[in-house]
Amino acid sequence: MSDLPAPDLPAVALSGIRKRFGANEVLKGVSLEARDGDVIAIIGSSGSGKSTLLRCINMLETPDEGEVRVAGEAILLRPAKGGGREAADRRQLDRVRTTLGMVFQGFNLWSHLTVLENVIEAPVYVQKRPKAEVTEEARALLAKVGIADKADAYPSQISGGQQQRAAIARALAMRPKVMLFDEPTSALDPELVGEVLRVIRALAEEGRTMLLVTHEMGFAREVANRVIFLHQGIVEEDGSPAAVFGQAKSERCRQFLASQLR
Amino acid sequence: MDVAFLRETFLRLLPGVPLTLQLAFLSVSIGLFFALLLGFAMRARFAPLAWLAHGYVFVFRGTPLLVQVFLIYYGLGQFRPFLQELDLWWFFRSPWYCVLLALAMNTAAYGAEIVRGGLQSVPAPQVEAARAFGMSGFTLYRRIIGPLALRQALPAYGNELILMVKATALASTVTLMEITGIAHKLISETFRAVEIFLVAGSIYLFLNFLLTRLIAWGERKIAPDLALDKPELKTALVH
Repeated sequence: MSDLPAPDLPAVALSGIRKRFGANEVLKGVSLEARDGDVIAIIGSSGSGKSTLLRCINMLETPDEGEVRVAGEAILLRPAKGGGREAADRRQLDRVRTTLGMVFQGFNLWSHLTVLENVIEAPVYVQKRPKAEVTEEARALLAKVGIADKADAYPSQISGGQQQRAAIARALAMRPKVMLFDEPTSALDPELVGEVLRVIRALAEEGRTMLLVTHEMGFAREVANRVIFLHQGIVEEDGSPAAVFGQAKSERCRQFLASQLR
Repeated sequence: MDVAFLRETFLRLLPGVPLTLQLAFLSVSIGLFFALLLGFAMRARFAPLAWLAHGYVFVFRGTPLLVQVFLIYYGLGQFRPFLQELDLWWFFRSPWYCVLLALAMNTAAYGAEIVRGGLQSVPAPQVEAARAFGMSGFTLYRRIIGPLALRQALPAYGNELILMVKATALASTVTLMEITGIAHKLISETFRAVEIFLVAGSIYLFLNFLLTRLIAWGERKIAPDLALDKPELKTALVH
């Protein structure tokens, strides 16, 4: 690997991704490139494979076929014993994963750690950065997402919206190159959705590279510079928000969008 | 009540306390080590290892501890020439070693089940989050899986510790003079079973009182959020 900047390399490049669970083929050959600064919204009905696609980027699901490149580096895979594939080089995968900040639908904060401890955990124990420096940065991040006063609370003591904002701070603390959001507001009460979307919007405005699986169509339209509509494991529509929401070529995409407007 | 006699009994039973504590502490320490090995083995992907561990737990949980003590001390005593040949007789002729072995093997079985349950209780999404952040292997166990499993396991394990303190009383059946052993001896001298067992029982109660405080402190330490007062939960349990 070279240390020279390579601005022409996409931040994330997926090519020919296929994934099946038993008899059900969830992804049927998906290719996708995210350039630095891209905010890509991935939309589609449930079961369309959009979460699986996002989880293939950091190998929480290992694609059966196809290649994932992060900042130009292909994640090495090999055939697994029970069928499918698995990571061939654990250290490479762990290293690549630290460059991808993941935010989950269910927050997945570590329940035995306080909010602050959650945020500094990976930078200190995975990236081995100095604790004092990381803690300072973590406090700034918590202030940024608006929960500085919850630093010493445990996840079970704060609301869902606060937990998700803590989870965003936790992902940011690794200084990732790309942020992955897997339906970040789907598990929230409606009145808590706004506070999380505000934080994500602020990140988009900073020019962060983000891939966002979402059901919030209005938000996708407003924040993304590119929208991908996935249907039955295939990219049915791919374009600017104006193009996808305004004049989708695919009939299925138009139907889906119409069903979302209520 | 003959207070003077109770006092005298108490003073005569006290010398048994160190042996009781020694047996409890050593058996629990050795047992915990094997409980961890067995607990992980029960979840091993290599099936024969998992069966072996399950088999061990099945046997030692399913038979009385007293029977295990007798089998090891009296039962193996019948194979004296063989054990002498293996140069193991020094171990199996000693009631202290035999009781320690039985207690440790027994608590290893219960402990293994607690370890297995603790590991099983770790929420998969939290482990997934750790993996997504580049954590794996030993660090993952040390930082995330271990602490989460421990939080779940400690109340059950505390219970096991208390049971072990009481189980040391079985050492008296193979001539060891711990609290219960001395109590037996005093009864055969005085025939005042009620008072003597009352005092002996009180000593166990006091030891376990200290132990419960220690366990409660440990629980607060490793799970401060769970230990916090949850008024809504209390109401839910009452109504």
